[in-house]
Amino acid sequence: MTAVVVICGVLLTIGFALAVIRAEKGPSMLDRTIALDIVVTTMIAAVALYAAVNRRTDVVPILVVLSLVGFVGSVTIARFASVEPEGQGRVRTREEIAAQEAERMDAEDDAEESRRSGRREGPDEHHGGGAEGEVR
Amino acid sequence: MTQDQWTTVADVASAVCLLGGAFLAFAAGVGVLRFPDLLARMHAGTKPQVLGLILVLIGLALRLRSGGAVWALVLVAVFQMLTAPVAAHMVGRAGYRTGKVRGDLLVVDELTDDVVRSQARDERAGS
Repeated sequence: MTAVVVICGVLLTIGFALAVIRAEKGPSMLDRTIALDIVVTTMIAAVALYAAVNRRTDVVPILVVLSLVGFVGSVTIARFASVEPEGQGRVRTREEIAAQEAERMDAEDDAEESRRSGRREGPDEHHGGGAEGEVR
Repeated sequence: MTQDQWTTVADVASAVCLLGGAFLAFAAGVGVLRFPDLLARMHAGTKPQVLGLILVLIGLALRLRSGGAVWALVLVAVFQMLTAPVAAHMVGRAGYRTGKVRGDLLVVDELTDDVVRSQARDERAGS
């Protein structure tokens, strides 16, 4: 039984580590979701292995909880996955931040002017449009 | 056979099931790291989620051999078989709609054909 436990432990650990590497690399959020699903499943298997070795029945409820938690996590992330704009994942340079800041200030000035001149139009005046963050 | 021999048989069967489940978890780790796109990674990820989990639970049940615990393990397996398809459906749908599915790796892509056809029909109806 000891040899079986060691082999199972090594296999589970390697699987866990590879899934964590994918979760770190994963180009999109959904890849990370899948990798974390595998991490949760590996944890269930590890807890079950522990219970089998020591013949402990009291850790069985942990298995129920883990299987439910894994489901909720992946469904929640998949529900709010949306199209990411190009290059959103990287850190911006100082010049880009300055340019975007200037653009934002200009937009605010324009909004201020249009409010003064009484025109109530623009994207800020829409209430109750389509839900943001929805999977399209 | 005597009681002792049955115990040994159950322990050996439990060890085999546990080894199978651990191997499937390892295979999922390799697959999710090496496969090229989202759907292939999902395919690798479902191995330990259903078959591997059931093997591990059978191994655990053969080792515990007590009524209440085994029913709880059946409950875990049923939960997993109910929720794994739902989660996979949500992830696959979100992946398709956000463009994570690589069409050049697919053998058959019926969904894209259907979407194109229905869009063409809508345009004809609109004009």
